[in-house]
Amino acid sequence: MKNKYLLTIFIIFFTFCFIILFKGLKNPNTYQPEFNQNRVLSDFTSTEFFSDEKIKLSTIVTDEKYYLINIWASWCIPCRKEHKFLIKLQKQEKIKLIGINYKDKFKNAKNFLNDFENPYQIIFKDKNGIVSIELGAYGVPETFLINKNLQIIKKIIGPINPKTYNEIIEIIK
Amino acid sequence: MILNYIGSYSLLFSLLISAIIFLISIFSIQNKKESIRNLNKLFFFQFFLVLISFLSLIILFVISEFSNTTVFNNSHTNKPLLYKISGTWGNHEGSLILWLMILTFFVFIYFLKSNTRPIRERLFTIVFQEIIIIGFSIFLLKTSNPFNQVIPTPDQGLGLNPILQDPILAIHPPVLYLGYVSTSLIFSSALASLICLNVNREWASFIKNWIFVSWIFLTLGILLGSIWAYYELGWGGFWFWDPVENISLMPWLCLTALLHCTLVLEKRSSLGSWTIILSIVSFTLSVCGTFLVRSGILNSVHTFANDPDRGVYILIFLFFLIFSSLIIYFLYQDKIISNKDHFNFLSKESSILINNWFVMYFLSVVLIGTIYPIFLEVLSNEKISVGPPFFNKLIIPFLIPFLIFMAIGPNLKWIKAKKFKIPIRLSILLFINLVIAFLVLKIFDEVTLKLTLLLTASFYLFFITFKDLIKKEYKNISQTISHFGFSLLILSIILNSFLSKEIITNLKVGDEINFQENIIKFKKIESSFSSNYQSLIGYFEINNKHLFTPEVRIYDQPEVITSEADIKTNLFKDRFLVINLVKDNDYLNVRYQEKPLMIWIWLSTILITIGGSLSFIKKYEK
Repeated sequence: MKNKYLLTIFIIFFTFCFIILFKGLKNPNTYQPEFNQNRVLSDFTSTEFFSDEKIKLSTIVTDEKYYLINIWASWCIPCRKEHKFLIKLQKQEKIKLIGINYKDKFKNAKNFLNDFENPYQIIFKDKNGIVSIELGAYGVPETFLINKNLQIIKKIIGPINPKTYNEIIEIIK
Repeated sequence: MILNYIGSYSLLFSLLISAIIFLISIFSIQNKKESIRNLNKLFFFQFFLVLISFLSLIILFVISEFSNTTVFNNSHTNKPLLYKISGTWGNHEGSLILWLMILTFFVFIYFLKSNTRPIRERLFTIVFQEIIIIGFSIFLLKTSNPFNQVIPTPDQGLGLNPILQDPILAIHPPVLYLGYVSTSLIFSSALASLICLNVNREWASFIKNWIFVSWIFLTLGILLGSIWAYYELGWGGFWFWDPVENISLMPWLCLTALLHCTLVLEKRSSLGSWTIILSIVSFTLSVCGTFLVRSGILNSVHTFANDPDRGVYILIFLFFLIFSSLIIYFLYQDKIISNKDHFNFLSKESSILINNWFVMYFLSVVLIGTIYPIFLEVLSNEKISVGPPFFNKLIIPFLIPFLIFMAIGPNLKWIKAKKFKIPIRLSILLFINLVIAFLVLKIFDEVTLKLTLLLTASFYLFFITFKDLIKKEYKNISQTISHFGFSLLILSIILNSFLSKEIITNLKVGDEINFQENIIKFKKIESSFSSNYQSLIGYFEINNKHLFTPEVRIYDQPEVITSEADIKTNLFKDRFLVINLVKDNDYLNVRYQEKPLMIWIWLSTILITIGGSLSFIKKYEK
């Protein structure tokens, strides 16, 4: 009889542990710095992907539209996952996509675009990663939603997922 | 690439064979069949198929086949061959195959070596073991298949984390895994013997071998990890109470207690249920370690990937093991036949029991220190990390009586000791050691009550085990050497921790600095190129005779900066010099440490494992 009580106590205790650890798993563990909204993105000049021309960001961001700056690379596996969202976003009217090709080989990047379709209006090369650092990026992929005044409306660290995709759609409606 | 398919299909077939073995065993138990010879082929194939898939992965790494996701994520063409190979288990997926391979290998060996055990018990052991194997196989195939493909094939891989590119770290995981995984057999066999009502002397002397195997490999694995942390991480210590270190320490503590318990069970037919509990806990702690490390619930050097699905799977599996063993234990616990004699206080068995409780206390401190932050975060959203002060405060005071009991215990007789004679002699010796400890601390001007008592206890253990080592006619050489090694380890750690000196400063080329009796001169700096990194080497001279050449390496794939300390070792102390780059400055950050008796920490641990291994040799001679 005594054993039964003991067993029940143990089972309750371990169930408690299980619930706590299960909840602990759901907590995000990666450190995300606090982000100051409505900051202005620093303007930059870089070479265009296909033409090798030097282009300044502010010269192409002019319309009454939103711009989505997406940092990507052909070697980045999560970039492949978010690609379908970029294709969908490209079809939206009020948004233009600007790609920043981060530390990549031209040939690989071109193959990537050929295989998966090119969602970008324009792509900048960022061979040594300096442009991305100046933008304040933490890694690849990373996405900034800005307006024509280069104001950052939303920043997404990591791949775009259904949730963040819907948030973007809400904003640009 | 065909090897991708070979690898993943042999894993599938091995899972199929595991299921067949499981069903055959269940069937044989129900029909009370007396012969299980035909199983050995199945065990061999189960192991062989996993071996093939492991070898395929190694080959994929060696030929840098980047169509494989695991290779792509963890390798690079210009890595040296050794690290291409060790990259196989330097990641989550590959290390799980290694885990599974060892698991299937051990069950094969168990089957060959367990002829002396009753068939029913063997069958039950196999059933439990196959449940574990199937659990891990499904985990591997479902959440972390190492043979996933990337299409189109990338030209280049992402590279292995440079701090893992180290010869010691290449063998650290396999050795540690041998230790972890073999605890599964102790677990299965303990449950089987419980169900078959075989918890007795014969079982104890059988399972003792497996406990020794686990314990030896675990000790070696922890040692290798510590040595690596000492010279590669550049923090100048060997133990940081990092969650991952704690996770390997917990099964070790548990196994140490278990080892001593089985001795009591073997000699006195006592402590049977305690032995079973410890067997269950050892393996549960190993799986718990896997959960904590692989789920990404903790952040540490060993966190490979944050994938919550994996975490959920192992968590469910872990609690399945906990609950089922709990229920089995409570169902059969009354039936354990145990020697009901009370222990005499001055007997070997009571000193073993007392020290077992101490070890359990240490274990709970480590366990709480490791998982408390997780619980706190879930319950109150507060982030904390538990560091050395917590462990030092809770462990050190209890270490003192523990060491004293450890010194006295082995000199007592089983059942009952002769009255008074020994205790009086031992207490005189204890007093002498108190004086020695006090004098030693006085010389270094470090006298505090806690430190004096701690040093007394460790000197005491040291002298007594040393006396046993030179005097005894080697009744139990394995124990004598291990205990001597342990006393040496504790003594070295204590002396090392309060006699260490360090200076951290910024130096430019040509600078000179005085540190206690040493003059540190920064002579020049040179840079050089290697196949996969660029390095800056600083030339330092200490006291005009020791030349130190610490390095800063800048790896290109992936881009990481590491510091390679230069360490000069001799029997008395290590001199440790490490440099770090300071951004946008022409000076370097220099750290110089003198760590006494460092080498003795490694040597004594090796001595402990030698002691453990000797018990095998002796057994085979018999």
